[in-house]
Amino acid sequence: MNWLGWLHDFFADPAHRSGPDSIVHRLLEHLAFSAEALGLSALVALPLGLLIGYSGRGLFLVTAVAGVARALPTLGLVTLAVLLAGVGDTAVLLPLTALAAPPMLVAAAEGVRGTDPDVRDAARGIGLTHPQTLLRVCVPAAAPTLLAGVRTASVQVIATATVAAYVGLGGLGRYVIDGLATRDYPTTVGGALLVVLLAVGVQLLFALLIRLAAPPGTRPGPRTRARRTGGAAPLTPTDPANPPALVKDAP
Amino acid sequence: MTPRPVRTALAVALLLAGAAACSSSGGSDPLAAKSPAPAPPASSSAGGGAGRTVVVGSANFPENVLLASIYSQALQAKGVKVEEKFNIGSREVLYGQLQSGALTVLPEYNGALLGYLDAKSTATGEDAVNAELKAKLPAGLAILDSAAAEDKDSLTVTQETADRLGVKSIADLAGKAQDLVVGGPPEFKSRREQQFKDVYGLTFKEWKPTGDTTANALKDGGIQVGNVFTTDPKTVQLKLVALDDPKNVFSSQNVTPLVNTAGLDATGTAALNAVSAKLDTAGLTALMKRVAVDKEDPSAVAKSWLKGAGLS
Amino acid sequence: MLDGEPLVRWHWLGDHLGYLADLTADHAVIALVPVLLALLLAVPLGLACARFPRLYQPLAAVFNVVYALPSLAVFVVLIPYTGLATRQTVMVPLTCYALAVLLPTAVDGLRAVPEPVRQAATAMGYGPWRRLAAVELPASVPYLIGGLRVAAVSSISLAAVGALVGRGGLGYLFVDGFQRTFPTPILAGIVLVALLALATDLLLVAARRVLAPWERGAAR
Repeated sequence: MNWLGWLHDFFADPAHRSGPDSIVHRLLEHLAFSAEALGLSALVALPLGLLIGYSGRGLFLVTAVAGVARALPTLGLVTLAVLLAGVGDTAVLLPLTALAAPPMLVAAAEGVRGTDPDVRDAARGIGLTHPQTLLRVCVPAAAPTLLAGVRTASVQVIATATVAAYVGLGGLGRYVIDGLATRDYPTTVGGALLVVLLAVGVQLLFALLIRLAAPPGTRPGPRTRARRTGGAAPLTPTDPANPPALVKDAP
Repeated sequence: MTPRPVRTALAVALLLAGAAACSSSGGSDPLAAKSPAPAPPASSSAGGGAGRTVVVGSANFPENVLLASIYSQALQAKGVKVEEKFNIGSREVLYGQLQSGALTVLPEYNGALLGYLDAKSTATGEDAVNAELKAKLPAGLAILDSAAAEDKDSLTVTQETADRLGVKSIADLAGKAQDLVVGGPPEFKSRREQQFKDVYGLTFKEWKPTGDTTANALKDGGIQVGNVFTTDPKTVQLKLVALDDPKNVFSSQNVTPLVNTAGLDATGTAALNAVSAKLDTAGLTALMKRVAVDKEDPSAVAKSWLKGAGLS
Repeated sequence: MLDGEPLVRWHWLGDHLGYLADLTADHAVIALVPVLLALLLAVPLGLACARFPRLYQPLAAVFNVVYALPSLAVFVVLIPYTGLATRQTVMVPLTCYALAVLLPTAVDGLRAVPEPVRQAATAMGYGPWRRLAAVELPASVPYLIGGLRVAAVSSISLAAVGALVGRGGLGYLFVDGFQRTFPTPILAGIVLVALLALATDLLLVAARRVLAPWERGAAR
């Protein structure tokens, strides 16, 4: 028996082919949690971030709050939420939403703030209102940064959603936790591999989106090393003033 | 901006999986004993068997932590050096650690342990279970004396129902069961209905899946008989009585120390057997109420019990 | 759901100050020693990557995948090698996660010296080692500290998960509180983890002010 054998066992197990413990079902559960949390988070964080970035007000506060939020341990939040709200989707949804919000908020705010002031003035000059300037000029320009924030949030949420299994919910974490509890190695390793593949797949998807969203002028030629245009490099190059918004907090 | 790094990442992920597959450690289950065992910690006194540190482990639920705490302090009271590794996992994980010697002592439940070693075993009474356990445990592992204390399934009624019907054991329910509603976890009916009919000749009026609310449903009168664990603190809080099970429908689950014999000397063995001699179900349930309901620290509760039992 | 259990039993907190302090200290060791180890590894690795750019892409990709590994699964897989409920089981993966954050920042920091400055140093007769010690390493300090801030905060948050394999510092409070329907330790754990992270972050900001005084005002 070896790792390959375990993976074979994991994928060959008929229980993982169909029914409630099937890979497809667990994957869908995992995606459903993650998507709900990300959607909820985006609904709150993105508009707020855009407004803060555009007005330039409250940016310091947002960065500070986001910093504190990053330090909150998800395992603690999830266990507390289950004690308060009972076992159910809500109990996991809230902590995951809280986890996804800071990177999105900061990315939206900084993306909009980073738009060229001259361009903004020009937009105002040709008679666009503030909302029009924000939506038609700033948001497209900020799209790559914004998407990078959403990507960071997505990868974090997908990795962290495994913790839901500890408090009795589904998702790919079930394999990891149940495998640990029953000393069933194939299941733990197989579950872990699925989480990694899902996370990497989502990164790929976002790399593509970010590429498509980049304003044509800034899109790098095929041979240029576009290290600083913010986005697709897996570990975003850092600037001392802006440490990467990438924070791991996952089981 | 190039997605290349991500694509590389995907390739690396697959490569790693492949490499990992090839670089198999050759052994079987890495959680099993034969993998490089973690060094027994703090072997400060190199005096061999007698001076070695005894590692007391516990599974990941509060009652097991409490029992491990009792074992640990009982050993320390006899001058044995102890390291505590509490709340670290399930039986499946801990058993391998005990075999490898990374753990020395583990509070176990004899029926559940036998079920783990041999899922097909049909032994249910305490003596039968322990005899079979001794035969099936591998060399190097042993069970010590079982305590009277059991954490097991039971048919439970309120004190008021017990008095009204004059019942003390499940057998006393004969002729009365057809008027009683019984509740328990969802799988309770399918597992036990036939057994109660065959062994005790009981046919209940109705089976209700009451799950976690079984104890409360007994109090509220929604059910008259319920499947409650014998050490559930609610039996103290709600004044419930577990009916005796003379014909052993429920497998016995006596609290029993499982030990790695190489790591424990006669002093340690005597200390643990002294604990088993004093620990009964009512006592353990009262202790569990202090831990789970009053939120006292398991170690403090263990200490006060040992003091009361004259073992500290 | 709490069955009448109060959200906070204040006297429990008062009775357990020493216990909470011990757990916090244990947590700090489990979470931060790996970050320091990662820093020690990141600088030479970063140097190698800055000198041989072809090395960087594959290394970054490897760590990117490592970063996506669910930590609980890694802890479980390590148990046979590092022991159940030992510090190493948690610290080894945390070192890898921290390295995944620190490596790119180290590379960026070492590349941050503008070419004219580098040439000026060479013209002044600095050999490669002296130039590294006197110019490139100091210039990378703000980058490294930026990376350290991220790595430390996430490491502190992640270490708690180790409680599921028997060694998670403050994480034990989450497991214990969850098992006993006891929110007080969970809340205490959340607050202490956050405070530990904040304290570490402030310390790093202060360190940057001391080690890279020229950055003052330029950055947050």
